[in-house]
Order: sequence, then C-alpha cells, then structure tokens
Amino acid sequence: MKKPNDLILKTVTKVISFIIILFSLHLFFAGHYEPGGGFIGGLMTAAALVLLLLAYDMKTVNTILPFNYKIMTALGLLIAVLTSAGALLFNVPFLTHAYDYFELPLLGETSLHTAVLFDIGVYLVVIGITMTIIQTIGESE
Amino acid sequence: MSLLHLAIVLPFLSAVFIPFLFKGLRNIHTGWFVLLVPLALFIYFIQYMPLTRDGQTVTRTLEWIPSLGINFIAHVDGLGLLFAMLITGIGALVVLYSIYYLAKEKEALHNFYVYLLMFMGAMLGVVLSDNLIVLYMFWEFTSISSFLLIGYWYDRERSRYGAQKSMLITVFGGLSMLGGIVLLYIMGGTFSIQELIGMSSGFMTDPLFVPALLLILLGAFTKSAQFPFHIWLPDAMEAPTPVSAYLHSATMVKAGIYLVARMSPVFAESELWLWLVAGFGIFTLFWGSFNAVKQTDLKAILAFSTISQLGLIMSLLGLGAAALHFDQLDDNVYMIATIAAVFHLINHATFKGSLFMMAGIVDHETGTRDIRKLGGLVNLMPITFTIAIIGCFSMAGLPPFNGFLSKEMFLTGMISVFELDIFNLSTWGVLFPVLAWIASVFTFVYSIKLVFKTFLGKPQFEKLPKKPHEAPVGMLISPLILVALVIVFGFFPNLLSNSMIKPAVESILPSLVDAGQTVKVDIYFWHGFTPELFMTIGIILTGIVLYSTLAKWESIYNRIPHRFTLNGLYDGGLSRSETGGYRLTNGVMTGFMRTYLVYIFSFFTAILLSTLLITDGFSIDTSNLAEIRSYEVILGLVLVSAAVTILFAKSRLTSIISLGAVGYSVALFFVLFRAPDLALTQLVIETVSVALFLLCFYHLPEISRKEERMKFRLGNAVLSITVGLTMTLIAISSFSSRSFESISQYHIDNVYELAAGGNMVNVILVDFRGFDTLFEICVLGIASFGIYAMVRFRGVGRENE
Repeated sequence: MKKPNDLILKTVTKVISFIIILFSLHLFFAGHYEPGGGFIGGLMTAAALVLLLLAYDMKTVNTILPFNYKIMTALGLLIAVLTSAGALLFNVPFLTHAYDYFELPLLGETSLHTAVLFDIGVYLVVIGITMTIIQTIGESE
Repeated sequence: MSLLHLAIVLPFLSAVFIPFLFKGLRNIHTGWFVLLVPLALFIYFIQYMPLTRDGQTVTRTLEWIPSLGINFIAHVDGLGLLFAMLITGIGALVVLYSIYYLAKEKEALHNFYVYLLMFMGAMLGVVLSDNLIVLYMFWEFTSISSFLLIGYWYDRERSRYGAQKSMLITVFGGLSMLGGIVLLYIMGGTFSIQELIGMSSGFMTDPLFVPALLLILLGAFTKSAQFPFHIWLPDAMEAPTPVSAYLHSATMVKAGIYLVARMSPVFAESELWLWLVAGFGIFTLFWGSFNAVKQTDLKAILAFSTISQLGLIMSLLGLGAAALHFDQLDDNVYMIATIAAVFHLINHATFKGSLFMMAGIVDHETGTRDIRKLGGLVNLMPITFTIAIIGCFSMAGLPPFNGFLSKEMFLTGMISVFELDIFNLSTWGVLFPVLAWIASVFTFVYSIKLVFKTFLGKPQFEKLPKKPHEAPVGMLISPLILVALVIVFGFFPNLLSNSMIKPAVESILPSLVDAGQTVKVDIYFWHGFTPELFMTIGIILTGIVLYSTLAKWESIYNRIPHRFTLNGLYDGGLSRSETGGYRLTNGVMTGFMRTYLVYIFSFFTAILLSTLLITDGFSIDTSNLAEIRSYEVILGLVLVSAAVTILFAKSRLTSIISLGAVGYSVALFFVLFRAPDLALTQLVIETVSVALFLLCFYHLPEISRKEERMKFRLGNAVLSITVGLTMTLIAISSFSSRSFESISQYHIDNVYELAAGGNMVNVILVDFRGFDTLFEICVLGIASFGIYAMVRFRGVGRENE
C-alpha cells in the first residue's frame, strides 16, 4: 500500500505540538492560582505526544522522546509520596506543605511551594499512564 | 493449676505421647501404656470419696478468660465424682479389653488410643466442670472424639455414615445447648452452675426461662439418644466394640443424663421440666425396648436396649423433680425416683458394658454378630455365656442381680405418680406406670432373646465364618469384673448407697438437703409383697409368653414402611435438604451478570424506598432553589435527548457518539456552573474515553457488529425507572433537608492565607485534601499497569493450559 503524503499534517504538528506543550506547561504552573494544575497539564502534554504519534509513527516518536512511560508513572508516584513524607522530617503531619518567598537570581521575588512538587508527581503520573495505555493498545495486534 | 485440673487434662496430655510409643515400641501393645492413665485417675478419684460422703465438695479454679467470666472451675461433688469414677473405671476395663480385641499388627492403634484418651479427658471435663462454657467445650470434644471413634474404620461406608449421623445430631444438640447456656448467662449473669443453682428460684418468672430450658434439654436429649434423636446410636454401632462399650453404653450417652441431673436444681421447679424429661424418657424407654426385639444384630439389640435404659433413667430423673414440691424428706416417696435413677445409672454401666464386651467376644470368635446365624455356643464358650446370662438377667430385671433392685425402685417411682396431685399428673400420669410396665415386658423379651438365640438352641456352626472357640483370658477379664460387680451390687447394694448414691442424690436435689436433712438411701433386696413385686411377676410371665410366641407377632414390625420411620425421615430430610439447597443455589446463582444486577438493584431500591416510606423522609423545600436560566434548560434538553438516543439507537456507533455528546454537554454544564477545572478535565477525559470506545467497537467480532436495537424487557424498564425515581426522590429530599452550613467558607477564607494559592480547586486537591489525590494517582497507575499486563501477557496462560 502506498504511503499517503501527509506533509501538511506533519508540518502543522511540528508547530502545534510545541504550542500545546507550552500551553500544558502554562496550565500546570498556573494551577495554583488559575484553572489548571497537574492533572489537566499532564493530560495536555500527553495530548501533544499523541498528536506526534498520529502524525509520525510510534518508532519515530520513541527515538525522539526515548521515555519509558511506566518508569515515568513510578517516578511520579515516588515524587508525590516523598513530597508528602518529607513533611515528617520537620515533625509535622504527613502531607503538610510549606511555602515561602525567595529572591531568585533570574526571576526576582518568587513564591516557592512544596505543593508544586506534589503536582509534578501528579503531572508525571498522568503523562505516564496516558502514554502507557495508548502505546500498549497501539502496539498490540 | 491444681492437681485436680491436671487429672482432668491428663488424658489429653498423655495422648500426645501415644504416637511415639506406637512407633517407637512396636513390640508392646500400645494399650498397655494407655491403661495406666485411667487406672491412675481411678485411684486418684477414689480419695475424694470420703469427702463427698460427708457432703463436702472440692472446688478448684484455674483462670482462663476471667474478663468474660470463663474460668476452668473444677468442682467435685457426689454427682461429678460418680461419673468420674464410672468414666475412669470403665475406661480402664475397656482399654484392657481393647488390648486383646484390637490386634497390634493390623490396626492403627495410635489413632485409636489418641481418640479414646481425648474422649476420656473430654468426659472428665464435662462431669467435673462448674463453668458452663468449659462444660460446653468438653461437650463438643466428646462429640468430636466420638465422631472419630465411630469412623475409626474409615474405609467402611457404614462407619462413615454412622459417624456423620452422630456428628450431625449431637452437634445440633450441642449448639442448642450453647444457646441455652447463653440464655442462662443472660438471666443469672454467671456461667457457674453452682451460682446459678443459688439464684434459681428467681428464674421461674423470667421470660427466658422456658427457651433456656428447652435448649438445654435439646442438648441433653440428643446426646443421650432420647426419642426422636435416638437414631444415631444404632448406627454408631459400626465403631469397634470397645468404643461401643465405653461410649455408647457407659459414658457419652450418659452425658445427657448428667446434664439433666446437674441442671435439675435450676429447672426442676418447673412443670415443663417434669413433663418433658419424664415424658420423653418414658416414651424412649418404651420405643427403645419395642424396637430392640426386632433387631437381629447383637450390637443393634444392645444399642436399642441402651436407648431404652437411658429413657428409663431420664424418666426417673424427671419424676424425681416432683420431690422438690414436698418439703419433708422423710416419707418423701418421690425421692426414690432420683435414687433409683442414680442406682440404675451405675447398674446400667456395669451390665451394659459387660454385654457389649460379650457381643464383641462373640463377634471376634465367630466372625458374625447376626443372631440368625448364631446358636448353641454354650458348650464352646461357657465363660462368655455366663457373662451374657448375668448381664442379660440383670438388664431384664431378674433377681438376684442389681438390675432387679433398680427396676423395682423404678416401678415404685412410677407407681408413686398415682399419689401426685401436681401438674395434672393424676390424669395423664397414669400412662407412666403403664408404659413402664409394657416397656419392661419388651425388655425382658429382648434380654432373653439375646442370650437364648446366641448361646442356646441348635448349633449351626457351618454358617459361621470362623470356627468358634472360647476367648483368650485377657479379653474375658474386663467383662468378668463387670459382671462380678453386677452380682456384688445385687447382693450388697448398700455398699454403694452411702458412698456413691447418697452424695449424688444430694447434688441433684441440693435444695432439699440444705435444711439440715439428709437423704436416707436404703436399698433392700426384699421389700415385701408390694404392687411392684406383682408387676415384676407379671412382667416375667407376660415376657415368657411373648417370647415363646415371637414368631407369630414379629411381622408387625414390618408394617411400617421405611419412609415413615425416623431413619427414613432423617435420610430423606438430609437428601432433600441437599437437593433443595442445590436447587436453590442453582436457581439463584444463574451465572448471568444480568440476574445479579437485577438482585442488586431491586434490593437497593427496596431498601431505600421502604426506608423513605417508613421514616416519612420525603420532603420538598423550594425556598433555597436558584433561578433557572435558559442555557441550563437548553443544555438539559440536549443532554436528555442524547441519553435517550443511547437507549434507542440502532447501531452501537450512534450510542458511542451520543455518549460523547452527553459527556461534552456535562462539560458545558461545568462551564455554566463555573467549574473551569472540571470542564477542562471532563473535555479531555471524554475525548479519550470516546476514543477508547471506538477502539472497542472497531475490534468487535463481525457477528455482534450487526445493527440491532436493544431488546425491550419490561422488567428491566420498570427496574431502571424505579432506580431513577428512587435516586431522584432521595436527592430532592436530601437537598430539602439540609441541616447545617457547608464548610466551604473555610476553604474560601484560607486558600491564600494558609496555602498561598488562588485556585481553590487545585489547592484542595494538592493541599487541603492531598491525601485523596495521592491515592487517586495510585489508582491511575494501577489501571495503566493493568492494561499493560492484560494486553502484553494475554494468551500466556492459555499456552500452559
């Protein structure tokens, strides 16, 4: 079977996927103040990856993004658990978050919050599971 | 832990060593080691006799579960000691007999003696425990060890049947007894029998009194093989003969007798007790002796005879309760019933034990127990014949054996019913002496039949599997000792009266003794020309006539078809409950998910709707409702039409698309109701799930992809509408009856103060309620790994199959 010419799709994907990833990062980081957060951010990033999968094939995507998504899921869970357990070191209950304002060299005065670490865990888990499911089903006969 | 406790558990402790002795010392019959245990115990218990003779008791407490009032309280009084001596004494004789009866080369002796010792310890525990829960524990131990002993030859079908039957019946009774014990505890607040006896006068008016009485009696009747629970005993005859001699004549079947005697002070004031114990006893006596006549197997005759004799003792105990209604101990004629019960208990243990051993010898030396094949053994087995004739004549109640004395006293007790003017005994009570007399006639007939058919008559040795000869000496020792006791007790009954019978009677009727009076037990051989003597003469004459005409009237036994006998009823009931249970589960557990969903949903709606109706919980409060806007109406219509399309769509594809439409309109609802995070998530998730549905559709097999409307089923429609209606009603009611303010104000106030955030939903998710999120991402992780495993490893297991 002749391979269809999908130049437009591929070109558009190249542009769009970066925009989607940026949007997802925005959703993720804005999550604490605006609508968004780890869950929807992770889903959006996964959507960008799925778009890449649709435009290119699975092998190509794997070469440019050589992630093992199952490990990513585990890593996300680990980050979330460690963030939660970290509170125990400071003699406060499990999952107590801390935040403060710091003067960072490039960003100026910034609020840093351990809830973001927890959200990173959520974010990684969501990307991991979505990609695991889609890859698994896509590869199966 | 006192020495007394040690004595009770000694059989259990020594049972541990039996397998080692059996495996280690193969040359010596294991029974010799076992013999030491009951002998030592018997000697140990003898030393309590002087104590109980003076009316003293010994109580030793070992704390077990003190917080629940369950302590191992060993209590030795006249009754307990009498039983303990029976158990250990006959136990020793039975072990001695079994040494010669069971060959050490062929039999699994380690099993046998472990079970036997377990049983012995359990029986000692039953008769010497003052705590009802401990008593119950030992009671069930006797059931279990007797089950094991009956099924000793487990490769025989009949053994397994008998073991199962006895287990089912006795455990049924045991559990009822446990119920009775619990009720007694609720009434009295203690498990101790002695304390319960102390407060028994207040129980009569308690509403729990009658249920407790019935349940306890149920336990006693099943264990003691009273009508109609006697059916397990004849089938238990598949056990080895030493077991039958020990369990099913002398000890276990008397556990029920013991329980009735022991609980008499608690219950005996009641009319119900007297009628039930005496009534069931007398009928069992009649029924057992009536049925014993038709049996052709030696042990079956003895089994029915045991049933009937147990009924005799039971009826005497019942009538003995009448003594409580008369204060004077002197001239109290009803006392004689209790004395007779205790006396006959001892007598029965002696002669029935020897008879069982005799039957075992005959079986062992001729190879059969069928009296139709036996006959003329008297010249070959003179000693066995002597044993048999003494045992049987004592059982039939002939002078000069001890059975004669107790039977006379039994008749005296039964005649005394005429003098009773309580509890309507003067009307129906007439049946007691009549039934007693008839039963005694039958007892005479089967006793004579047992001896004459076995030992006299025409020899027919060619029918026997073995060439008959006299038993070895060792096998004869035990029955000889027992029949010697039969004669000794017959000639010198007062040997027992002060040492054993009086203390036992005093513990059965303690309230009469409290007043400083003592029971006078005086058993005479010759009591003058009394009505009971003429009754005995009548019994003997009628018995002889009946025996000589046995062939003429024997056919009446075959009149009753098997289906209507109690055994038929038991077998039928068992198989019917089995098929019924099978049919029920087959009917209910269809294996279709649809059926189970119907069950779940109907139960769900039934429970919720009935609660709503019963508690009158439905309410509508429209004061808090928000204004309805046109967007919501339009979106609601879209959602409903999409949902309805799912139901009536012809193709699955349409259903999937409509489901997507439902999902997206829900997302729009989220937008309308100002939930941007939810809307975002809902949109993406809906997209993913619709994509997955499409994937499933794509992979459907051709045959189920054909377009077809969902079949209409009225039941499903009604059920689903009911479920929807129920949930709607509940939602409306719960909205209308909101009883406190929401806690959301706290989150609104503190979202920046405490958590440094602006998006409240996200702050709740990762901070206020982060714990939930932690496990939700775990759920997602598990789901993805599950999908991975299912897809990657499918077919792996199939290759192995």
